[in-house]
Amino acid sequence: MLDYVISKYNFWIYIVLMMIGLYAMIGKKNLIKKLIGMNIFQSAMILFYVSIGVKTGATVPILSGHSHGHGELIEVAKYLNPLPHVLMLTAIVVSIATTGVALATLILVYRRYNTLEEDEILKIRKDTGV
Amino acid sequence: MAEQLAALIIVVPLLASLLVPVIGWWQKKLCYPWVVAVLVVPLICSLGVLNTVMTTGKFSYRLGGWAPPWGIEYAIDHLNAFVLVIVAFISLMVAIYSKKSVEKELKKEKIASFYTLFLLLVTGLLGMVITGDAFNLFVFLEISSLSCYALIAIGEEGAPMAAFNYIIIGTIGACFYLLGVGYLYIATGSLNMADLASILPALYHSKVILVGFAFFTVGLVIKGGLFPLHTWLPDSYCTAPSAVSALIAPLMTKVAAYVMIRLMFTVFQPQFSVDMMPVMSILGWLAVFAIIFGGIKALAQTDIKRMLVYIVVAEVGYIVIGVSVANRMGLTGAILHIMNDAVMMACLFLVVGAIFYKTGTRDISEFRHLNKKMPFTMAAFTITALSMVGIPPACGFFSKWYLILGTIEAGQWVHAAALLCSSLINAVLFFRVIECAYLKPMEPANAHDAGGIHIVQRDEAPLTMLIPIIIMAILVIVLGIFSGNIISSIIQFAVPASF
Amino acid sequence: MDVVYSSRPLWAVLVSMIAAFLILATGEKNRNIRESWTIIAAFVKFFIVVSMVPLILQGKVIEYTLITFYPGLLLQFRIDAFGMLFGLIASSLWIATSFYSIGYVRKLNEHAQTRYFFAFAMCLASTIGIAFSANLLTFLVFYEMLTLATYPLVIHTESPEAIMGGRKYLAYTLTAGCVLLFATGMIFYMTGTLDFKAGGFIAGSGSSAVLIMLFAMLIFGFGVKAGIMPMHEWLPTAMVAPTPVSALLHAVAVVKAGVFGCLRVILYIFGPNLLHDLGIWLIMAYIVSFTVIVAGLLALGQDHLKRRLAFSTINNLAMIVLGAILLTKSSMTGAMIHMANHAFMKITLFFCAGALHAKVHKDYVSQLDGIGRQMPMTMGAFAIAAIGLSGIPPMNGFISKWFLCLGALEANQIIFLFVFFTSAMLDVAFLFPIIYNSFFKKPLDDVAPHFDEAPMLMVIPLSITALLSLVFGIAPDAFVHFFSLTTMAVQNIMGVG
Repeated sequence: MLDYVISKYNFWIYIVLMMIGLYAMIGKKNLIKKLIGMNIFQSAMILFYVSIGVKTGATVPILSGHSHGHGELIEVAKYLNPLPHVLMLTAIVVSIATTGVALATLILVYRRYNTLEEDEILKIRKDTGV
Repeated sequence: MAEQLAALIIVVPLLASLLVPVIGWWQKKLCYPWVVAVLVVPLICSLGVLNTVMTTGKFSYRLGGWAPPWGIEYAIDHLNAFVLVIVAFISLMVAIYSKKSVEKELKKEKIASFYTLFLLLVTGLLGMVITGDAFNLFVFLEISSLSCYALIAIGEEGAPMAAFNYIIIGTIGACFYLLGVGYLYIATGSLNMADLASILPALYHSKVILVGFAFFTVGLVIKGGLFPLHTWLPDSYCTAPSAVSALIAPLMTKVAAYVMIRLMFTVFQPQFSVDMMPVMSILGWLAVFAIIFGGIKALAQTDIKRMLVYIVVAEVGYIVIGVSVANRMGLTGAILHIMNDAVMMACLFLVVGAIFYKTGTRDISEFRHLNKKMPFTMAAFTITALSMVGIPPACGFFSKWYLILGTIEAGQWVHAAALLCSSLINAVLFFRVIECAYLKPMEPANAHDAGGIHIVQRDEAPLTMLIPIIIMAILVIVLGIFSGNIISSIIQFAVPASF
Repeated sequence: MDVVYSSRPLWAVLVSMIAAFLILATGEKNRNIRESWTIIAAFVKFFIVVSMVPLILQGKVIEYTLITFYPGLLLQFRIDAFGMLFGLIASSLWIATSFYSIGYVRKLNEHAQTRYFFAFAMCLASTIGIAFSANLLTFLVFYEMLTLATYPLVIHTESPEAIMGGRKYLAYTLTAGCVLLFATGMIFYMTGTLDFKAGGFIAGSGSSAVLIMLFAMLIFGFGVKAGIMPMHEWLPTAMVAPTPVSALLHAVAVVKAGVFGCLRVILYIFGPNLLHDLGIWLIMAYIVSFTVIVAGLLALGQDHLKRRLAFSTINNLAMIVLGAILLTKSSMTGAMIHMANHAFMKITLFFCAGALHAKVHKDYVSQLDGIGRQMPMTMGAFAIAAIGLSGIPPMNGFISKWFLCLGALEANQIIFLFVFFTSAMLDVAFLFPIIYNSFFKKPLDDVAPHFDEAPMLMVIPLSITALLSLVFGIAPDAFVHFFSLTTMAVQNIMGVG
């Protein structure tokens, strides 16, 4: 069992991170903490992708010039698949953009309610009847 | 030629959106005509694409000339050409409509950024529909979501809070989708939908695929706002500016529903989605609850926009029922309902926006004598309301009819009953509004003149608002009458052949 | 059977729909032009319908396909003898009602007249659509349209009772519509077709339990509009509507559409043979008989004239359905011909009630003492129609009763013979006192001692319908061949069955 856990440790790490993020998003009252939770969640996702692209002992998929067209076989096992990593570049951009938008809305929220605690905001909204 | 059109659908609004701030900086007034002019292009292109698909069958466009499965591919068949036209058309209509409502509801310096986001949102939606690449779909999903968050946040009191909640939940949904893509990639090494569809059948018993499928489904259920993961939807749609609600309420959930159909019946084969997983029956039951819950919550609202938002929740249930029964009739109904509901919802939200623009209220009980004040707007509302109730020959009747045939074929009696109940709930909801608008007597002070005819000044919405509303209302009837043609020329090819 | 393809059925429907929009466009300012649309449309429609009668009498069927939705699912018109019968009733009585309505709303200076005439015309378009429907889907489409078109008429006065009445009406009819939609879906799934066929088409497509359930659903769906107990509750409530509306509701459009639907279900979807085999006809007959008797008894207790007539309508409609469900040749003939006869008599009665309301503002039976001296034409017409309704020769009511009774005998069910007799007795009991009081009792103080009739636009239509009731009693095949159409329809059904 332990071997099983260890052999798939990258999955376990991402799941644990994801759960931490999920907990923060749902359980925390402070909106900034929720946002941090969201970031953890997204990072977990990115780590997951990065970890599935790992190949021990392999190198970046750049073919040296002389190996072209001389009948020499390219050993696929020697090279990484770069695609998951490249995808994560996009995902990181998306995650930053999301964080940006979220922070901007939080500024709006703070201007309106002077607080970032969810329960206080709900109370204010209830009192003002909105 | 048609391949180039497919690219233009995305490229034109994307590049144009970047130009909006520049134009806004130079001449604020030009933003609106620019956006309207730009949005005509995707509509024409998507009509051209639909035409090509109808005459020569499905085709694809390779982005940058890279051959799939390595390059990104825009794969166009009957299903997404059809949805493209809907998205392009409704966004054009809402853009035309937006002029006055934006001027009233937003600060002047925000107009340029509003239109930038508007175009980005449309780009994202069109991209989600047109793309044939699972990861590219995620990118477009996030483009549309991010611009949507921002658009919602500029709404009224309470909008930033609603937008923040939407960001949190929307991100979870998108991440789940991405996880699903990751798992499929682990198992297949491909991201291209057509490629996935050919590799996957051999792997149907792999646990990885099952987990990936589960993540996909949950992600899309969140994005589509299906009960019980709809909680972000009412607040955010309701507090957004009128023009924004009119764009996202008809389109966001529909596009998510399209992606659901695409994944379940194209990327995965129906025999996997239907026979090997209990997901269809789960979704079906969730949809039943969505319909009942949405209807009951809508009954409790006095704010008409909030009422409509809960109806959106219920309408998502309609489409999902059609998907979940997984037979030809049901899926025909679901695809038809994507179109019908988009048109009906757009019309209703546009009308509500127009009423809000003119009277400043959304409280149903204050709607008295709107029929005299805004006769055309209310006529459009009434037609659409009847369509929602399912009165023929309006289009709502026909999608309901196919959905019910689908449930009967599948032997899902409770689903059928939910659909029928929902018609009745809609009847109560909309007749309440109609009664208030048409029948409520005036206050005694200026109640009657000699002929017993009330004197109410006509005060109709401006033409830029009225024209899209009337076009939508006419479409509600026309699409109903020609639903047979639409089904026989488009939808029957969009339904998987194995049904 | 020969099929003639012609677009005339479509035009018959479209005429009043076009008129409706012309009415809306003309508006309140040009009353006379607006009203002339109604009149023109009424006549044009009638002539279109009548022009098709000879073809039908030759045993042909007129067909026109509007739209095909799906293989087997189409919007299609097909006029057979039975549909023709209903179409004729509706289109001919629309002329009378149009004139009468104009007189009525002008006399009372009603509000929202444009809406009123618009809804009226839409009602008629839907009714003709129902009459000419070739299949259940088309029927359903027009049936729902009728529900909607009638709603503005029911709530016309916009008083709280009217709005409540409207809500009740919608609640009943929309629920029924939902049930019908489901049943239609079931039938399409089971048989792959929805076309009405004389003698039924559904036999053998499902287990008897499913068929019985479907029958119950369909009869529930149509029975709501036909006022079969216990689904009749909306009908007396809807009496708050203006009188021409009640007349239209009762005699021409709505309830007749319900009865027409019931008959279509009984005779053209299920068919006599299947209903015999399933054995539900007898249960159904008992339920309907209950309605016949109880509605008659309830009518006795009503002081409000229109409510009394409403219960009389429920009673008569149930009688029509009872005739059909007895499943014999004579009873069907009686049922179908009674649709026409009842229409003419009941519309006369309602017209009279409306004339009383418009002229002397009397709505209650107890206020009518001696009114016959002031309004002899109105009350004379009332008397003729009342006599007819009780089934006394030489009125047309006698002919239908005769066939209905004959049918009960043919079916070997003496008990239903008594139902018909009792119903006739009850008709006498709740209608004749009105005649007696109005002519022979000492006039009340507020009755003018001299001739002082309602406006001619009201009196002439009601005299004509009364006269026609008499003519159809003496010559049932006069003018538009109601009787031949009926016998033809029955032959088609029995010939197959």
